[in-house]
Amino acid sequence: MVRGSISAMTSPATGRSTVHSAEASRRRDLALLRRVRDRMDREYAQPLDVEALALGVNMSAGHLSREFKRAYGESPYSYLMTRRIERAMALLRRGDLSVTDVCFEVGYQSLGTFSTRFAELVGMSPSSYRQAAREMQGVPTCVVKQVSKPIRNGEAQAGDPHLA
Amino acid sequence: MNLTIHTTVLPHEDPDASVAFYRDVLGFEVRTDVGSGTMRWITVGPVDQPSTSILLGPPAVDPGITDDERRMITDMMAKGTYGWILLGSNELDATFDAVQASGAEVVQEPIDQPYGLRDCAFRDPAGNMVRIREVA
Repeated sequence: MVRGSISAMTSPATGRSTVHSAEASRRRDLALLRRVRDRMDREYAQPLDVEALALGVNMSAGHLSREFKRAYGESPYSYLMTRRIERAMALLRRGDLSVTDVCFEVGYQSLGTFSTRFAELVGMSPSSYRQAAREMQGVPTCVVKQVSKPIRNGEAQAGDPHLA
Repeated sequence: MNLTIHTTVLPHEDPDASVAFYRDVLGFEVRTDVGSGTMRWITVGPVDQPSTSILLGPPAVDPGITDDERRMITDMMAKGTYGWILLGSNELDATFDAVQASGAEVVQEPIDQPYGLRDCAFRDPAGNMVRIREVA
């Protein structure tokens, strides 16, 4: 018995095959969304925007944003921003780059946008974070990784430093 | 007890595509191959490590899995949030170049992670994340 298999599709006239085609089509769309997400993971430091991402998979920007949010729980824009901030946090913790260097390194064109977005997600400015990270030297890396992850889908509250 | 890690399992969607990836791109040998169509179970592994295998099998075939659960699993595979594996290489950058040259989907170029290791990542044809870390 072939269970749940696309190859089990029969005549398009039967109801069952229609269900299977719809599922196969949904999975193809999900695989495209995965490519978009992987591209953001791979190219977050490039000047990507939702239009460019949508163009890469032949979708409109609006359709991509809606479907991506339905699949992953956040918009592609939000995912990209979080990805950049996550990398920025890692670079700031390393301590050998200035805030400005980090800002450009992770794909932001403007220090103001970077600082605002960083504060929204992390709950403190990049420079405060860099300072706090310096004071965390010696804490086991697994603990640092846990407490220093940016919060997706929920902005950190002001005055709630993760590194206190 | 004298346990070894013998086999770990990853789902496939298109068995031939998965075999091509693990054999022709990653250089694993194919050890067993049973079943037909999409119902195939294939074990692969590194030539010099005969005691450790990856079993590539069809997803969600346990008869106790409901249609809704099966749909969720195949959706998660498609969106890339289901299976993953961590491999090691003592020549990470050369490995990355070779896998990338094969046309495999790159998720992450080799970078030094803040938690102290260097790694890269690809997708296999079924959407599983294949992360490769540098080992001594």
